[in-house]
Amino acid sequence: MSQAALRNVSVEIGDGEFVGLIGPTGSGKSTLIQHFNGLLMPDSGKVYVDGVDLTRKGTQLRLIRQKVGMVFQYPEHQLFGETVLEDVGFGPRNGGLSDEAVIQRVEEALAYVGLDYEAIKNQSPFELSGGQKRRVAIAGVLAMRPAALILDEPTAGLDPEGREEILAQIKQLHAEGGMTVVLVTHSMEDVARFVDRLIVIEQGAIALDGTPVEVFRQAARLKEMGLGVPEITDLMHELKAHGLDVNTDILTVAEAEKEIIRVMGWQT
Amino acid sequence: MTESLIRFTDVNFIYAKTHGGEGLAALKDVNLEIFQGEFVAVLGHNGSGKSTLAKHVNALLTPTSGQVIVAGLNTADQEKVWEIRQKVGMVFQNPDNQLVATTVEEDVAFGPENLGVPSPEIQSRVTASLETVGMLSYRLHSPHQLSGGQKQRVAIAGVISMLPKCIVLDEPTAMLDPDGRGEVMSTIHSLNKEKGITVLHITHHMDEVIGADRVMVMDEGRIVLQGTPREVFSQVELLRSLHLDVPQVTDLAERLRHRGHEIPLGTLTVNEMVMHLCQSD
Repeated sequence: MSQAALRNVSVEIGDGEFVGLIGPTGSGKSTLIQHFNGLLMPDSGKVYVDGVDLTRKGTQLRLIRQKVGMVFQYPEHQLFGETVLEDVGFGPRNGGLSDEAVIQRVEEALAYVGLDYEAIKNQSPFELSGGQKRRVAIAGVLAMRPAALILDEPTAGLDPEGREEILAQIKQLHAEGGMTVVLVTHSMEDVARFVDRLIVIEQGAIALDGTPVEVFRQAARLKEMGLGVPEITDLMHELKAHGLDVNTDILTVAEAEKEIIRVMGWQT
Repeated sequence: MTESLIRFTDVNFIYAKTHGGEGLAALKDVNLEIFQGEFVAVLGHNGSGKSTLAKHVNALLTPTSGQVIVAGLNTADQEKVWEIRQKVGMVFQNPDNQLVATTVEEDVAFGPENLGVPSPEIQSRVTASLETVGMLSYRLHSPHQLSGGQKQRVAIAGVISMLPKCIVLDEPTAMLDPDGRGEVMSTIHSLNKEKGITVLHITHHMDEVIGADRVMVMDEGRIVLQGTPREVFSQVELLRSLHLDVPQVTDLAERLRHRGHEIPLGTLTVNEMVMHLCQSD
């Protein structure tokens, strides 16, 4: 039995955007992102990356995959090298770079994820902490110097500190490195704080697409889909429903604090 | 009278040294008592000692010094290990590592079979356990066809088919999506409320501890804070310094209090906050 996992999806992601992709389990998020670098091909329709049609015969998918780096769920399960250097350097070495160039790539990639090359290069990836393993795995993708980074639940299973570190590093890659980022996540709080644009997918189709403020205005719709809004946004909607005339376009605790003080007429 | 089910007395645990390095002290002077029927949540960042603590409850680890008594049995007594493990079941983080059989019901039957329970009784235990976790209609399914949340519920059924007094869950929701997390949390709560099974739930999701009777916070191998969820969440700054999150509403309450407004300490939920703000109008 076959099932349509994506239906009439038209979407464009601009160079340098930071996009969040959310949707209930089984909605097609993972299927969609695997089309971004040709791991999956559409049954009908076209996919273009940097102007190149992936569905055209003769397209060199190897080059596309170098451009669009993909970090899967629990990427540390795919670590295999005896040392961090070997593991992170695998892609560039395979691409035929010299030892020197490989080392440079590895140093650079580890720095992006906040790890010190000298301290960690000779360690076995398997002896690292969970958060460090995750970052080494992400560095392995960054070592290919992709133009875009697609991350499927990069913080799943990490503790709050590990989660913050990874998100901050992704933010920095985007802000300072100009990296295009697509972040698949279940955390509404995380997307609210980090992304510029939020795409909601439901049953294989794009249901909502806009800024986080715009998308979270559709709280009722999101709840119907089994999704939610950040707790703080939910609070503002509830306050409004209880007759308090607050602005509900609120995504962070700091914004909520200001707004409540304003509406309550409290002295600051 | 509630009786003490688990008691740690001056427990220290040091992991054996690797590569000639220093041994790592993972538990330091831990004293605690958990009562029959309690729902206790343990919070802490990675490496705080919470998993080490959990493994002491069913004798997967035994103290370097001090003692752990479970249902009157000393975990250091080698001969009591199986009896202890029957009384305290464990569920781990990864749903893919815990199921061994080719069908759901065989998996749940595995524990009681090992205990030598007679066949007819195994059948009735399997049925009852799967019913408790809401997975009875999947009894003939293969575990790998299940979602993460369903797998964890089957793992829980496997534990309760041993008729334990206590179930220890070591981050059972960490690898699940929000639906799966919700399923597992409501299963755990119903086990506790309806079957009276003592629960020790280890997590770093703050929203999962709100329903607990008691919360213990660990850091560097010690229990550094304990109390009701409300008491624990009143300590916003301490929790932050321990690299833990607080719910957004609690964070907001703390900020408003700092500015001198009357929001009760440890406001935990959206509803509570709405009540406070809309009442003071």
